[in-house]
Amino acid sequence: MAEIKESFFSAEGLEKRLNGKKFWKTMMTEYWIPKDINFLWAMGVVLATTFMILIVSGIFLLMYYKPDTALAFDSVNYTIMQDVAYGWLFRHMHGVAASVIFLIIYIHMFTGIYYGSYKKGREMIWISGMLLFVTFSAAGFSGYMLPWGQMSYWAAAVITNLFAGGSLEAYGLVEWIRGGFAVGDATLTRFFMLHVFLLPIVIIKLIVVHFYTLRIPHVNNQSAEDIDYDAEAEKYLAGNKKESKVIPFWPVFLSKDFAVLGLFFIFYFYLVFFNYNFAMDPVNFDPANPMVTPAHIYPEWYFLWSYETLRGPFFDMFGMKAGDIGLMIFGLAQGIFVVFPFLDRDPDILPAHKRPKFFIWFWLLIIDLLVLSIYGKLPPTGANAWVGFYATAAFLLLWASLPFITKSDAKARGAL
Amino acid sequence: MREIKIFIVVAFFTGVLYWGVEPFAHTQLHPHVESPDYTFDDVKGLDGTKGDAKAGAEIVAANCTACHSIEAVGFPPLMDDATSAASYGVVPPDLGSSGKIYDANYLAAFIKDPASAAKTQHKYTDGAVHPMPSYNWMQPQEIADIVAYLQSIAPKEMTNKEVYQDACQRCHSIKYGDFYGGSMAAKSDVSKYMGKTPPDLSQFIRSRSKNYLHEFINDPQKHLEGTAMPRVGLTLDAETQAIAYLEEVGDSKKAQRESLGGPFLAYLVIFAIFAWLWKTKIWRQVH
Repeated sequence: MAEIKESFFSAEGLEKRLNGKKFWKTMMTEYWIPKDINFLWAMGVVLATTFMILIVSGIFLLMYYKPDTALAFDSVNYTIMQDVAYGWLFRHMHGVAASVIFLIIYIHMFTGIYYGSYKKGREMIWISGMLLFVTFSAAGFSGYMLPWGQMSYWAAAVITNLFAGGSLEAYGLVEWIRGGFAVGDATLTRFFMLHVFLLPIVIIKLIVVHFYTLRIPHVNNQSAEDIDYDAEAEKYLAGNKKESKVIPFWPVFLSKDFAVLGLFFIFYFYLVFFNYNFAMDPVNFDPANPMVTPAHIYPEWYFLWSYETLRGPFFDMFGMKAGDIGLMIFGLAQGIFVVFPFLDRDPDILPAHKRPKFFIWFWLLIIDLLVLSIYGKLPPTGANAWVGFYATAAFLLLWASLPFITKSDAKARGAL
Repeated sequence: MREIKIFIVVAFFTGVLYWGVEPFAHTQLHPHVESPDYTFDDVKGLDGTKGDAKAGAEIVAANCTACHSIEAVGFPPLMDDATSAASYGVVPPDLGSSGKIYDANYLAAFIKDPASAAKTQHKYTDGAVHPMPSYNWMQPQEIADIVAYLQSIAPKEMTNKEVYQDACQRCHSIKYGDFYGGSMAAKSDVSKYMGKTPPDLSQFIRSRSKNYLHEFINDPQKHLEGTAMPRVGLTLDAETQAIAYLEEVGDSKKAQRESLGGPFLAYLVIFAIFAWLWKTKIWRQVH
């Protein structure tokens, strides 16, 4: 180790010890981002900011929340919502951010799919991102249980029961997860632990990994052009800012992020103050009651599409029970996005509008997910059940066709 | 203006999704019912008969005060709440405010035949009877006199809380109304004769919409066929006051939320403007 002689109590001495200027350069002023981007490239920073809102509001809620089935409902709905100064604001911010963050995650995810930002060196970004999606889903689900309302209880009962694996009847596993034969106090306390401790830590670590995996292959751009970062950075540093195809993370890239954040905040806080029922379901303002099943049980909107694939096959087929088939498709739906880079057989990185068949595939998938989401909330009776059935079938067909479609695009272009 | 085009696409799909899982889903999950009816025409109540309050006073003293108190005019309760709940299954209400909170037409029909006015006949089968007996043996004029008398002694003004106490609290607790003191518990345990304990109403303003509450209170059978909750015959004014009390208790920070929302958003608009200006300035150097 090189000895540092400058005093610890001097700016120079601190700089020698921490190497802050180098760090700032590496992370900020000489972290190069392509210039050819649109506002969709700001979603990463919007997500990071929303996650910070969740952490800060969550800390305030944690000061008054009581993870006990006898106290939880009143600690949320009386103590926090009515008694504590601005407790309602923190709860609304937390509940609405938890919902809105999924909207941004989906936009972020489909931006990646559209522009092909998941392959040829960017696979790790995609996989770490999908792991973040899974942990955020777990955090959303465990958090929804905490107010101990009717939907908290019944969603917990339905979802934990999925781990029985249908005809596998793995009831030992379900009981192990619940901490008892039925959802109860032990279940609430362990999901509380997951929500405020384990999952946030995993999420923070995964965010670090996600940023790290992005650093090496660099951010993609609107035309998926392969940029020589060293040459372009040199141009920029030499003062040819207008010709250079790259911009530094700070201040150029972040200035645009802040502008987008400004608009996002207006949207988000409008929801916090004036339109929050979509994120804080009225049914959950009825206290949990194991003796009364709500007329309709449905998950939060961001789980509806996969929930509908669970309900889609509503009659026995191929010698299997409807419930088992649904469970298999549901399991597939949870994992299928992770292997996206390996189902895409096109060797080129291109935005979807330069891949004619994939372009159609992309919008069909979006429409199918919308149909699944909307019908996932409706009672699965009559025509609704058939819409769910066909939308689930379409979901499977879309994924099965992905390797062929991408290959065919590549062949037509002469890349294969 | 590619960015604006992209934004329109994102906003469109987000809007369709929102429409599908919120307004559209709610029309499918909560079937539409007829609007509330505050004339109570379906039961033959007063039927145009005009009552005489003076004559009514005597009829009430002779027929009603054996069970009902009317403290405002000097008829105290004969038993404490617990004893009378044990004897009748429910605490008979004090009649002091009945003339104000209940519709006159409904009140007459109720006196004549409580279960059919309340639409709870389905609860009184196999020999079970409504705790209040029918007075269908009375002359229509006598019933009209009773109603006129009750109207004459009713207070002109009542607070939202008083309306709630007289109209709802005999069966429903609302513990957030006095969380630490506990004074807003239900006056009697009606679980035995209702079949279950009626729910605490602390959060009903959040769990049910105002519109639903109006439709439901006016005629519970419309949304929840077979429910033990009686139609209580509140006037529109009394019902509005009872719901206002649910809001005072269950959404006590509503005024703060609504007054903070505007300035908060105004601040964010200013932030957004400065953020865009700064972004434009920075990007001018690179474009």
